[in-house]
Amino acid sequence: MTRRPAPFGRRRALVTESERHGAYFVIRCRDADGPPPGPGQFYMLSAAERWGGGQAERPFLPRAFSVLRADGGELQFLIEDVGPGTNRLSELGPGDELAIVGPLGNGFTPPSEGRAALLVGGGVGIAPLAIWQDALGDRATTLLGFRDAAHAAGAALLANPTVATDDGSVGHHGLVTELLEDELDERADEIEVYACGPPAMLEAVRAVSVARSVPAQLALESGMACGFGACFGCVVPTTDGYIRLCVDGPVLQASQLESTLVAGAGH
Amino acid sequence: MTVDFCGIELAHPVVNASGTFDAIAAHRAFGDELLERFPFAAFVSKTVTLEPRQGNPPPRLWEVAGGLINSIGLPNKGLTGYLEHDLPFLAELPVPLIVNVMGFSRDEVADLVDAFAERPEVSALELNVSCPNVETGLIMGADPDETARLVNRVRPLTAKPLIVKLTPNATDVPAVAQAAQHAGADAISLINTIRGMALEPKSGEPWLGGVTGGVSGPAVRAIALAQVHAVAQTVEIPIVGMGGVQSGADARDLMRAGATLVAVGTESFRDPAAGQRVASELSELLAHTAV
Repeated sequence: MTRRPAPFGRRRALVTESERHGAYFVIRCRDADGPPPGPGQFYMLSAAERWGGGQAERPFLPRAFSVLRADGGELQFLIEDVGPGTNRLSELGPGDELAIVGPLGNGFTPPSEGRAALLVGGGVGIAPLAIWQDALGDRATTLLGFRDAAHAAGAALLANPTVATDDGSVGHHGLVTELLEDELDERADEIEVYACGPPAMLEAVRAVSVARSVPAQLALESGMACGFGACFGCVVPTTDGYIRLCVDGPVLQASQLESTLVAGAGH
Repeated sequence: MTVDFCGIELAHPVVNASGTFDAIAAHRAFGDELLERFPFAAFVSKTVTLEPRQGNPPPRLWEVAGGLINSIGLPNKGLTGYLEHDLPFLAELPVPLIVNVMGFSRDEVADLVDAFAERPEVSALELNVSCPNVETGLIMGADPDETARLVNRVRPLTAKPLIVKLTPNATDVPAVAQAAQHAGADAISLINTIRGMALEPKSGEPWLGGVTGGVSGPAVRAIALAQVHAVAQTVEIPIVGMGGVQSGADARDLMRAGATLVAVGTESFRDPAAGQRVASELSELLAHTAV
């Protein structure tokens, strides 16, 4: 499918709502002129005002976020306040503006013939699975893992998820990849896996998918300065050497990777 | 606002810093709008080396106050790959093309200059001298004599303008600039990034895969201004000034310090169209005040 490219340059997007979901918040903005993003694509976000000048004069660079949902010129992003960039974004409310560049990167592609999508997400990495689930029409089996109950509140953003938590406070007490293994035990030859989450979780998904010859599309994360191939900062090692995650990803086939545990990822 | 730079007519004085904008990747992201609104008056391509390079292991970036440290390691397809895969597209850009090259010896640089010497697609060459000469161990651009020997070696190979891109990590940058001019350089560009380092907060280990990297962004602007000013006192050839330019006012400062052209680098990471904005702000400022 050929998608409309991102408009050239940074543009402003009016924030219409910022809503808490446990440990996360969902920020909504108007982007009437931008093309609709594909599931798994991302945007570079910054606050239009006071980006920089915070603690230690950061943030400076925009931050990359997968789009959580998009509908009728509205974009939604899922954010957890973990550093200077996400902290500044957490302050934004209705009437404030984001500066955005996007949609960028290559998203998910439909499952191969005869296979059904199985979505596996962890933490804030559930974001691209929501828009993908929307596109698939809610039929996809969805397994989500979180640290604790506060983070598991994010599960309500997707339809009919099965939830695992590290501390057992919600759903299965253990790892989401244990739920994945159960599914693969039953129907490995009927599934295509779509996953996004912290590096260790993605690595477990990659390893089990490859071991069982199940196709898997993994949405990776890496620190990015630009998001459009200029800085060469976001490389990950693949079977074909280093590739820029922003223009050659962020969705990669599990078979392209020897590991998702890239130095610096998830920082 | 047209500018004559070494005989090349440019629509305005704002170009990109080498290695901070990949026109091919940007065209994939932004489509033909990139070409319709191309943000720079000339395009300076990322450093080309003789052999392909993968670049440094990640992590490659660290954000600092007012900028970032990068340790990219000059990944590129090598000369053959560049000529085959990149040059045909870059030749079609709506602006003149300046090719940046780097070698690990004078012979390597000579081979690269030779390869572009007769190429009609290429308007000028920029020599990245922020690199150790494997034969002497010296950073070529850190030493006036090394720089002079390099420029002397490649000058006879091409009639195209030769720009020498200086490193700020040198004891006496104006002396290096003067040596380059004396050996036949047509222009000087500066500054390259300033060597810096970051430690992972918990472990205390170097964060960057390459251990150290180069600092860029507004954090280095005052240093760039001082170096451009000092070099402008020493040479008569034109200067491409860069370092932390975010606005037309920053660009005008570098021009007031002696630059003929100004390059935008890190700011393009924050806004891909930053070059266009800087150029239009600069045009506005120059219409109202004298440089």
